Amino acid sequence: MNAHVNPPAAPPNAPVVALRNVHKSFGSLKVLDGVSFSVGRGEVTVLIGRSGSGKSTALRCIDRFETIDGGEIEVCGRRVDDAGLDVRALRQDVGIVFQSYNLFPHLTIEENITLAPHAVKKVPKAEARALAAKVLAQVGLEEKLHAYPEQLSGGQQQRAAIARSLAMQPKVMLFDEVTSALDPELTGEVLKVIEALAADGMTMVLVTHEMSFARGIADQVVFMHKGKVHEAGPAGILSSPSTPELAQFVGTGF
Amino acid sequence: MGGALNINHLLFLGHGALWTIGLSAIALIGGGSFGFLIALGRVSPSRAVRLLAATYVQLIQGTPLLVIMFLSFFGLAALGFNISPLLAAGASMTIFVAAYLGEIWRGCIEAVPKQQWEAAEGLALSRSQRMVKVILPQAIRLATPPTVGFMVQIVKNTSLASVVGFVELTRSGQIINNSLFEPFIIYSIIAVVYFSLCYPLSRLSRRLERSALQKKPALA
Repeated sequence: MNAHVNPPAAPPNAPVVALRNVHKSFGSLKVLDGVSFSVGRGEVTVLIGRSGSGKSTALRCIDRFETIDGGEIEVCGRRVDDAGLDVRALRQDVGIVFQSYNLFPHLTIEENITLAPHAVKKVPKAEARALAAKVLAQVGLEEKLHAYPEQLSGGQQQRAAIARSLAMQPKVMLFDEVTSALDPELTGEVLKVIEALAADGMTMVLVTHEMSFARGIADQVVFMHKGKVHEAGPAGILSSPSTPELAQFVGTGF
Repeated sequence: MGGALNINHLLFLGHGALWTIGLSAIALIGGGSFGFLIALGRVSPSRAVRLLAATYVQLIQGTPLLVIMFLSFFGLAALGFNISPLLAAGASMTIFVAAYLGEIWRGCIEAVPKQQWEAAEGLALSRSQRMVKVILPQAIRLATPPTVGFMVQIVKNTSLASVVGFVELTRSGQIINNSLFEPFIIYSIIAVVYFSLCYPLSRLSRRLERSALQKKPALA
């Protein structure tokens, strides 16, 4: 491997995440067809659209869970589409939370959280434990330090997964339909945690089906349709859409 | 010798039974270590390594253990390598068990949900960290019941080592029978001993399987 090359110092107003004309196909199926959007520091971008519109794929491309066929993706000054990308360095800057929480079932919540800081960033054990306590307090789960994931409700597991990502002190957080697997009465507690993060100035990209949540939190809404950014703008576009597709999408609530 | 079955015969059988256990242990430790490498090879990111491991598994699973025993004892002797029955039997069992345990364990590694890999990747863990800290601990839980279950096969298959002159339980029975001519009694005793070695293992395997099912974490 090459010696670690620091990404060039980005100008202060450079976007944290930028997609430029991104193309991606799965076989003959075109999922991303020239997608462009960018996310500034401290901004919250919400990706919405029907199932299969490409929003989750776009999100996963940002963290290099998918490679792209054309275009450019820049994240925290790194070119994600570069074949020689230091993927692990990228993922230290980018936190991702999934729909199905994906906590490690054989580890306690504390061990789930301390694993990566200790193994990847070489944070000493004691310091990592202090960090775990801090991020768990941030999501309101300080008393669950020594519980196993299966002992927690879905909402608590998802909050713990958010805490696990936070412990890596990412510069941007990605949320992939993080409330879709939850019972309706449990979504609120997770959304509140995300709102608190937004209020703290965390840069975030979210894929969600919760329209009222999106309206409340988004600095930018990106409506995806058939692999393209069909309409984008401030949260206001959800109330007064300018394309019939978005109007219909918002109207049906899905 | 000749005459009736006496305490010395039983002691001889007991000695043979100990070697059956010993050979089973050698097979489990040797085959387990080698089989672990085979399992890792089967899920390796390198295509060449995956192919190599898969070829090994196919080759050994398609060959009777008896033939492997003959090959390593008589075959190697014909080529000028003189190896003891213990070495031939131990090596054959190791080769054989590795192919099966390797395949069982590959299944267990692959049974850990793909999302666990992704979550570990998202946290910037390296491939070996993901394997050691996230995937293997979960795979080992899944692997315990079928591994204990396979130990029954190991114990029974050690009887084939009798053909290379390794005096385990079956061979010691044959030797006694050659002088006593009481095959029904002697092989009945041997069957009972095998059963009493295997039955606890299969019971244990079933119990582990049940408790693994009950403790299955509630994943979405």
